[in-house]
Amino acid sequence: MIKFLVYVAIILAVLAVGYLVRVFELAQSLKGKRSEEITDKDNQNMAKVMLGLLVFLFGFTIWQLNEYGSKLLPEAASIHGVETDKLLDFNFAIIWIVFVLTQFLLFWFAYKYYGRKNNRASYFPHSNKLEMIWTVIPAIVLAVIIIFGLKTWNKITEPAAAESTIVQIYSKQFDWTARYAGKDNVLGESNYKLITASNELGMVADNKEGQDDIIVKNELHLPVNKEVEFKFNSRDVIHSAYFPHFRAQMNCVPGMTTMFHFTPTITTAEMRAKTGNDKFDYILLCNKICGNSHYNMQMTIIVETEEEYNKWLSEKKPFGAAAATAEAK
Amino acid sequence: MSMENHGHHNHEGHHAHHDEHHHEEHWVTKYVFSMDHKVISRQFLITAVIMAVLAMIMSILFRLQLAWPGEKFAIINYLLGDKWGKDGILDPGMYMALVTIHGTVMVFMVLTGGLSGTFSNLLIPYQIGARDMASGFLNMLSYWFFFLSSVIMVSAFLIETGPASGGWTVYPPLSALPQAMEGSKLGMTLWLVSMSLFIVSSLLGGLNYIVTILNLRTKGMSMTRLPLTIWAFFVTAILGVLSFPVLLSAALLLIFDRSFGTSFYLSDIYIGGQALEQTGGSPILYQHLFWFLGHPEVYIIILPALGLTSEIISVNARKPIFGYRAMIGSIMAIGFLSFIVWGHHMYITGMNPFLGSVFVFTTLLIAIPSAVKAFNYITTLWKGNIRYTPAMLFAIGLVSTFISGGLTGIILADSALDIQVHDTYFVVAHFHIVMGVSAIFGMLAGVYHWYPKLFLRQMNKKLGYIHFILTFISAYGVFYPMHFLGLAGVPRRYYDNTAFPMFDNLVDVNVLITLFAILGALAQVFFLFNFFYSMFRGPKSEQNPWGSNTLEWTTPMANIHGNWPGPLPEVHRWPYDYSKPGVEADYIMQTVPLAEGELDGGGHH
Repeated sequence: MIKFLVYVAIILAVLAVGYLVRVFELAQSLKGKRSEEITDKDNQNMAKVMLGLLVFLFGFTIWQLNEYGSKLLPEAASIHGVETDKLLDFNFAIIWIVFVLTQFLLFWFAYKYYGRKNNRASYFPHSNKLEMIWTVIPAIVLAVIIIFGLKTWNKITEPAAAESTIVQIYSKQFDWTARYAGKDNVLGESNYKLITASNELGMVADNKEGQDDIIVKNELHLPVNKEVEFKFNSRDVIHSAYFPHFRAQMNCVPGMTTMFHFTPTITTAEMRAKTGNDKFDYILLCNKICGNSHYNMQMTIIVETEEEYNKWLSEKKPFGAAAATAEAK
Repeated sequence: MSMENHGHHNHEGHHAHHDEHHHEEHWVTKYVFSMDHKVISRQFLITAVIMAVLAMIMSILFRLQLAWPGEKFAIINYLLGDKWGKDGILDPGMYMALVTIHGTVMVFMVLTGGLSGTFSNLLIPYQIGARDMASGFLNMLSYWFFFLSSVIMVSAFLIETGPASGGWTVYPPLSALPQAMEGSKLGMTLWLVSMSLFIVSSLLGGLNYIVTILNLRTKGMSMTRLPLTIWAFFVTAILGVLSFPVLLSAALLLIFDRSFGTSFYLSDIYIGGQALEQTGGSPILYQHLFWFLGHPEVYIIILPALGLTSEIISVNARKPIFGYRAMIGSIMAIGFLSFIVWGHHMYITGMNPFLGSVFVFTTLLIAIPSAVKAFNYITTLWKGNIRYTPAMLFAIGLVSTFISGGLTGIILADSALDIQVHDTYFVVAHFHIVMGVSAIFGMLAGVYHWYPKLFLRQMNKKLGYIHFILTFISAYGVFYPMHFLGLAGVPRRYYDNTAFPMFDNLVDVNVLITLFAILGALAQVFFLFNFFYSMFRGPKSEQNPWGSNTLEWTTPMANIHGNWPGPLPEVHRWPYDYSKPGVEADYIMQTVPLAEGELDGGGHH
């Protein structure tokens, strides 16, 4: 019944609009003018609309900055992240200036120079000087943006320090596994053909470097102020390890190892105090479409002091010992 | 009776031939398998309008889910049935399929096939003074391949496992492995078949456009007297011809990996409880091939829109387009640069950081010709005598969104910043504004402006005004807030954010976006009604309703074979002599000879 009524309503609405247009057309033809000619009145009205849209655009901008500005990510919790944020602010400063300037000029001219029958546009086909100005100035500004950007990029991507902690981030549909390199700080060998339900990472059982590796699910613990080098792998499709609070991200690609390193600077406890949210948690999420449950592939990250971290790690069983107990069973 | 011959016929002969025989064409050759560029143009346009409506409905369905996750909507159950919309709740797999097909249809069917197909076909012969395309037959094939491709793409909704659902970029291994998800089964095969047909269509069209522009210009129509529309279509066609074959190869290799056990893109994969045999391939190879098309593709989309806008802004500001030669230079620079920036889609794939730096540099360079274009548009408005047709409103809207969206590109081009916003809603916001909304605005502007040439009638201006105002507001309303979502770290292509407490405070942003999306969709009803109604009931248009200079307005208001009843027009000047001092009318058509001592091309004495 409701469906039927909806259909009736739609048909009636279409008919109504049709008749409105028809009435409008008849009224126009009675007045003796072609209905689609653009009159001075139209131009004047639309000029006002242009001004209105400018107000809308700027008003909406301010409203959003006000409303959403506080909902963005909290301050960066890594060394390079602080720099990225500065770079972001710098770029945004330029963008806002250009945005306000160009949108203002566009809509202001659109408002100011609306057509009038007795008016005539000026014939101004080109000006080498003006064109030079708006080629050279953007070029200079972009050069600055490029230089600052690449400086930060080079810093982020330079090789990790030798003493950084090595952690593998292993992804599959639809969860994350972390593997700490252990005392020798070298990840043991693995092979995808060895993967079984109890050996999710396909670890090579008798590999020497692998014996002290520590495999963890659900929670990734990181020591504060210590550089961590992540090595990313995937067993099935491409995933992307996204650490928004640390301004870090890297794809996990099957068949190859990708890397990213950063130094966390704020512990979870400190961040909870800073944000005033005692449930705050750092998080690792998947940011590359990877299947039906892509939207729920996450891992909690806990940044803690080195003592806490060492204590937590020491309670975990290394791969060799875990395998041995499994065999004994 | 091939179209090719018309270009070579001498004009009188052609004319006579036409009058004597009065051969009535069968309706099949006249309206269905037509080789006339005007009919093909209308076929492309109407197909694109239908596809755009479908893609828009898809977007509303997934926007409902994003704003009110878990809420029941009768319309979702009604449209998607119990399998994908049980109790009115959208299935997560179908969510991704909708996102994927929405993107594919919009990017390829609407804004590539639809936009270029409609306006290149309509305007190239008209504006260069040709009787038709170089090859009417290839042109016809181009449309029918496009049609077939569109039908196959949408038909995937009718199969058991549903359409492709790995995102419009269909990255392997996700798209290569039927075990990975339902959408990588038959739906993905259909996607690849549809895309291959689409590429064939695009190549047939593109080659035709290039050959026609180079060879069939009428007497006096030198390259530097071409309207900017034609320049834009020309560079667009070249981009398409150079890049689409690469996508075809990417698709073919993917078909091989999917069906014949090769390992171009696959290596060391364990899925569905078994280790696959394939080793040695690289999923990243696909991304290189895909984006080698994919980035030029966004310019294939936006350049025609900018070309249409150049013409519309100049005609309606009653001023020459500012910096005609700089505009041509910018189009060429953008076209060239578009081929060496594809890596900026791949900064975080583990690419060598130095290579990343190179792509940062080339990508940011594109901002220079883009800035030149934006400033030239603004200067064209300065001291104009602006006539506000609906087309002009959309053209100005395009300049606004092109600037807004282009500016956020600076962030994404900067590899250090891309790390943070890559694949978040910031990207969604950026590309929708700069190429989605802008190109749609350009296309709508084109439809309003050239409607009299397409359907010989005029559209209703008041409905056009309402359409523009609502569309402009809702376009910004939808995509502007998405920047904030992106900066808050919300990933794109998430079915639901409720599993993440960190996004809890962003729920009302998504509600606002969806409300604007619904408003925007409803606004299109004004357009659709106007579009179809005016075809039959709109007031008949006079020959040159906008007082334009270009050649299409020298043809009679009747869709005749060969475009001009008599000899082809001869061109004596550039197309932008609006409000030229010393001449009473505020426009001088290209067919008017130069007065004594008058300089062409906006030259001063």
